[in-house]
Amino acid sequence: MEAQLKARTVRLWSVVHTWSSLISTVFLLLLCITGLPLIFHHEIDELLGYDAKPEIALPGAAKAGVDQIARSALAHDPGRVLQYIAWDKDEPGTVLAFTNSKVDGDPDAATVKAFDAYTAKPLGIVGGGPMLVMLKLHTDMYAGQPGKLFLGAMGLLFVVAIVSGVVLYWPFTRRLRFGTLRDGKSRRVAWFDWHNLLGAVTIAWVLVVGVTGVINTLAEIMLNQWKSTELAEMVAPFAGRPAPVHLASLDATVAKATQALPGTNISFIAFPGTPFTSSHHFAAFMRGDTPLTSRLLKPVLLDGETAEVADARDLPLYLKALLVSQPLHFGDYGGMPLKIIWALLDVMTIVVIGSGLYLWWVKRRKARRTGGVILDSSSLQPSR
Amino acid sequence: MTGARKSRASGNWADVYGGPLVIGVLSLAGLLVALLFEGMGRYFSWIALGTPIAVTAWFFIRRKTP
Repeated sequence: MEAQLKARTVRLWSVVHTWSSLISTVFLLLLCITGLPLIFHHEIDELLGYDAKPEIALPGAAKAGVDQIARSALAHDPGRVLQYIAWDKDEPGTVLAFTNSKVDGDPDAATVKAFDAYTAKPLGIVGGGPMLVMLKLHTDMYAGQPGKLFLGAMGLLFVVAIVSGVVLYWPFTRRLRFGTLRDGKSRRVAWFDWHNLLGAVTIAWVLVVGVTGVINTLAEIMLNQWKSTELAEMVAPFAGRPAPVHLASLDATVAKATQALPGTNISFIAFPGTPFTSSHHFAAFMRGDTPLTSRLLKPVLLDGETAEVADARDLPLYLKALLVSQPLHFGDYGGMPLKIIWALLDVMTIVVIGSGLYLWWVKRRKARRTGGVILDSSSLQPSR
Repeated sequence: MTGARKSRASGNWADVYGGPLVIGVLSLAGLLVALLFEGMGRYFSWIALGTPIAVTAWFFIRRKTP
């Protein structure tokens, strides 16, 4: 009786494992394969010439002012307006300027150009090339927000497949020593062992990368939520203020924001009218100076004409979670060795997915041949 | 038990899930430590997150060939 119950439970988990995997397989393979070059996108972009490199600054040279960068950006993109200016923590030699046809223009119409942080000279357009294709395939398969949410759902199915895999690991491997690899037996047994070993050792990493990936698919929803609640609250006292006629100095704006939050540095500044602020204010997004706080941002609202600080507050927990989950998904926070480890774990995951698909296919073929009854004398059966 | 080497795991909880659990905890520690402590934290994270790869390589070398 108890054995029967157990057998039924195992069969149920098997169905969950099989179908959650099968439905998501194609998309997970796509994610793993496009994710592999994306781990090294910085290096690949540099190699292919899609990465703007600053001139070597003379020692003691002074950085160009933010206003100077802005003038240079507008001069090199006539007829367009500035949306954002951003500073990459890992690229201190360059400043990024986002221009668009209007301040609240379509994000896909924005141009991102790199400028030399010392001379304010343009260094070229950022992004594009094969890594952009990989990124689009990886994040939304060129299907926009629905594509993103779809891949998020596939990520959730993947988590279900992992959890059911952990449950099935017990009945299927309890008579085997951990790490058993029998390659003297059939090909099926060999792949079964590899599926179990690679699945078992990569589980923590794959869960973290999977869950943080799902969180990332919700980025736009979280951002919209923040804009309609917290940001709306921040700008409410200034409702009805006209768009600034003469913009305040950007250098003064950044200096005031840094003064308001000592110990922070500017990450990016959003111009009045862009989706990240009000029509009257600059929003300066500040980052901390420790490994963890440098990932988190704190917005400061500043008057677009006078650069006076209007408000500053922490981001809500869900946006903090999003910002912290990004490095955990990208693997870009521990130098080149971590990236190589990330790539190897990704390849191991591809083998787990591929071998799982193979095992399902072989079992199905066998079941067909025996008329639906699985006669299995090999050790791929659950043991009590 | 006469001290003879068991050819098969006995099938208790720790035998089945012990290995993967230790590797999993090490992996999580590696993921978080690099995020919280730059410098020395990095070295630890490389070793900790490298264990799944090292363990796999070890089992591959030690596998029974016919």
